[in-house]
Amino acid sequence: MKILNLSSRLVALVLAASLAIPAWTQNAAPTSYAIKGGKVFTLAGATIENGTVLVRDGKIAAVGAGIAIPADAQVIDASGLEVYPGMFDPITQMGLNEVSAVSATLDVSELGDYNPELVAATAVNPASAHIAITRANGITEVIAAPGTTGFDLQSGGLIAGQASAFNLAGWTMDEMQINRSVAMVINWPSIQTRSFDFATFSIKEKPYADVKKEYDKAVNALGDWMDRARHYAQAKEKGSPALYERDLKLEALVPVVQGRLPVLVVADEARDIRNAVDFCTKQNLRMILGGGAEAWKVKELLMEKKIPVVLAPTNRLPEQIDTPYDKPYTEPSELFTAGIPIAFSSFGTSFSRRLPQYAGTAVAYGLPHDEALKAVMLNAAQIFGLADQLGTLEPGKIANVIVTNGDPLELQTQVRYLFIKGQLTSTDNKHRELYEQYRKRPQPAR
Amino acid sequence: MKQATFCAAVLLFAACAPLVTGAQNPGTIFIQNATVLTVTHGNIEHGSILIRDGKIAAVGADLQAPEGAAIIDATGQYVMPGIIDCHSHIAVDGSVNEAGPAVSSMANIADVLNPDDIDIYRDLAGGVTTANILHGSANPIGGQTVVIKLRWGKPASELPFQGALPGIKFALGENPKHSNFPTPPGVTPRYPGTRLGVEEVIRQAFIEAREYKKQWDDYNQRKAAGEQNLIPPRRNVQLDPLVEVMEGKRYVHAHCYRADEILMLIRVANEFGFKVRTFQHVLEGYKIADEIAASGAGGSTFSDWWAYKMEAFDAIPYNAALMADRGVIVSVNSDDAQEARQLNQEAAKSMKNGGLSANDALKLITLNPAIQLGIDARAGSIDVGKDADLAIYNRDPLSVYAVVQKTLIDGQVYFDRQRDIAERATLAAEKQTLLDKEKKAAEAKKDEEKSEKKPETKPDKKKKPSQDGGGAFESGVAGGSR
Repeated sequence: MKILNLSSRLVALVLAASLAIPAWTQNAAPTSYAIKGGKVFTLAGATIENGTVLVRDGKIAAVGAGIAIPADAQVIDASGLEVYPGMFDPITQMGLNEVSAVSATLDVSELGDYNPELVAATAVNPASAHIAITRANGITEVIAAPGTTGFDLQSGGLIAGQASAFNLAGWTMDEMQINRSVAMVINWPSIQTRSFDFATFSIKEKPYADVKKEYDKAVNALGDWMDRARHYAQAKEKGSPALYERDLKLEALVPVVQGRLPVLVVADEARDIRNAVDFCTKQNLRMILGGGAEAWKVKELLMEKKIPVVLAPTNRLPEQIDTPYDKPYTEPSELFTAGIPIAFSSFGTSFSRRLPQYAGTAVAYGLPHDEALKAVMLNAAQIFGLADQLGTLEPGKIANVIVTNGDPLELQTQVRYLFIKGQLTSTDNKHRELYEQYRKRPQPAR
Repeated sequence: MKQATFCAAVLLFAACAPLVTGAQNPGTIFIQNATVLTVTHGNIEHGSILIRDGKIAAVGADLQAPEGAAIIDATGQYVMPGIIDCHSHIAVDGSVNEAGPAVSSMANIADVLNPDDIDIYRDLAGGVTTANILHGSANPIGGQTVVIKLRWGKPASELPFQGALPGIKFALGENPKHSNFPTPPGVTPRYPGTRLGVEEVIRQAFIEAREYKKQWDDYNQRKAAGEQNLIPPRRNVQLDPLVEVMEGKRYVHAHCYRADEILMLIRVANEFGFKVRTFQHVLEGYKIADEIAASGAGGSTFSDWWAYKMEAFDAIPYNAALMADRGVIVSVNSDDAQEARQLNQEAAKSMKNGGLSANDALKLITLNPAIQLGIDARAGSIDVGKDADLAIYNRDPLSVYAVVQKTLIDGQVYFDRQRDIAERATLAAEKQTLLDKEKKAAEAKKDEEKSEKKPETKPDKKKKPSQDGGGAFESGVAGGSR
């Protein structure tokens, strides 16, 4: 009994050690830093050689050359280094997905097709090992979007819930949160005649007519939800609220139909994108396209409707057999040239740290380098209405700053210093700790 | 009718994509003025490579182009050995898993090679010239495997890398014990369901194989001694490949994750006197790198994949570097048609994570996988006498900004970026013509029959699981590969 007790404690200890490593350290003091002598890429004007970034109380206080350094500021020597706004991954399952194959660790996809009242921030786990690992690669803030992956074999439904933006450091979600609700996620119902059936492990084919019928039904239902939300809002406005029973789902859709909250519509095929744009136009919704693997086929439409695109990972296979082999690589450049706002995204969790790689690949295939930087640092903030707080090194913004030893999009570049909410934040993480632990393992006896 | 369009589109591409003028007769080719990354003897600035009859005939800085040689001017460009992907599932017609029995050694991937798989061309366009085509990981002992060259446009019979030893896939951990996907209702779960059972299945199979081998050895011995009227033992196609493993005629490529299961297989292999050639994925290899090195096995791993399954939760991006530091021959593989076309990027990550030199990073996708597959006398570096399998980039291939310009196999240009771009308009026009013809025929038929209108489905849709994060698990389920 005693042995059992001891061993179960050991198990608990080991589990605690492996699942909740507090690899990050954020101290209360100092609150003032001077990042001095680096090449400063503000993304809001010219690059400053030998510049200084002053950080105070979590915000950027000043940026420029020859700025006086306050006496209480801790000086970070960035000479020979480069200073950028932190990177922003706008579609992830950060904090909602620890081990993709283990359902107990997933809070991404709820049951049911219409869940507008669900908010990602509710279940973001601030102790997730992914957070420290991701920020060590220079990503300082993310959006967690419910229902954006088929990973846990749940679709996540059509209206999957509200996406939340947060910083990648903090003791609690309250401390990390930037904006609890930045978009309503809609998984556009794709017309697919072929699908993989997990029950039988085989590709199932359905007649087009059947699939189209299902599709029409789903889109009609989406329209009905929007109409009901409008009626609900009108009723609330015009009558006494006490007369109407509170409906959490409709209440959550009110900001959407009133144009205050954008819809993040996840769709890849050209036909689906066209249909989604058509729907959002008719419903007068502010649409952000997520995915857009075939957005290049509907550039004119997206431009005309001023719809920004959060791009599916650049490093992916072409959609069709006869799609040019490099289309996923050239798409960001094509969309940018057409004048469509773009942001890179991982659409994942464990690959969130690949965000700069996705941008780098797009540069290799034609996207201007400075635009690629914006598309991992600034554009997502603009697309999701957070540009007053994030995306550039300008006074008043949240001090999410990375100091690197070179081009942040290049594979070998290291993040030397990391500031999140104005705090110097450790780049230690579970992976580095395991590396340090096992590289010190003595040679086993033979 | 739908089918016809589909075939037309495929045929169009199979016929057009490898339009390689002069590819039928490699003759003499001279690549000049490139930065040559030999991998074995340093980098040569303003270097040249002379290719004769598909082999590298000379490499150096002061070569002259022989008269009549086809010149490839690579000024400002980088030439590296063609990338070797030690873990691939491209070019397979249908499923990669014979997932019925726990020992599926009778199944052979070489029997189902599909030369029309567009992923062959896509990976070729990513600088890959050779791939180890593996059976999936549904079974402790899986099917037979084959090494191919990505000779796009050639029939299936011309894909295998001649002279490369065949392999067999083993698999340990969550996939063979069916942890991550539900057994369909009404179906009895398959044994094994634990790592304990996985070991038992492998040991039992080799006990049988050892007995079977003994029967044949006895028979052959007696026959050689001149004994008459002998009845040969009954052939067993399940055990034949395992006998080949024990005789060193077939490599074991073992899918694995956790340190304990890796040590388990080393013990079982020792017990039956065979060696594991490569541990595949081997994401906890860094925890027992000394033991792996001592066993003589190689480690073929991912750059930075992790957390897609419980057994991948201790995976670290330093794995390749740490195993290499302890003397393991390490490669970085793809297991995925997309990851394959960015293996140069994945290799570069081991410089950042673990501090490998640029040359050692390149080895992860060239010389080391060649050694692991036993083809290093023929491939994996730019050395005289080796096959002229080369990838030409516009800049240092370890940069995220590098783009493959040409890929050569046996001295033939199988991929040329400029030609690919130039052909796109023609291909699009041809496709449109075919579609119009199809549409017209369909309309004519409709008028004739006055039958019900049936809209067309998309004919050439090829939906594959996504690659990022989710894809790992999805593919693990669908293909059972990771």
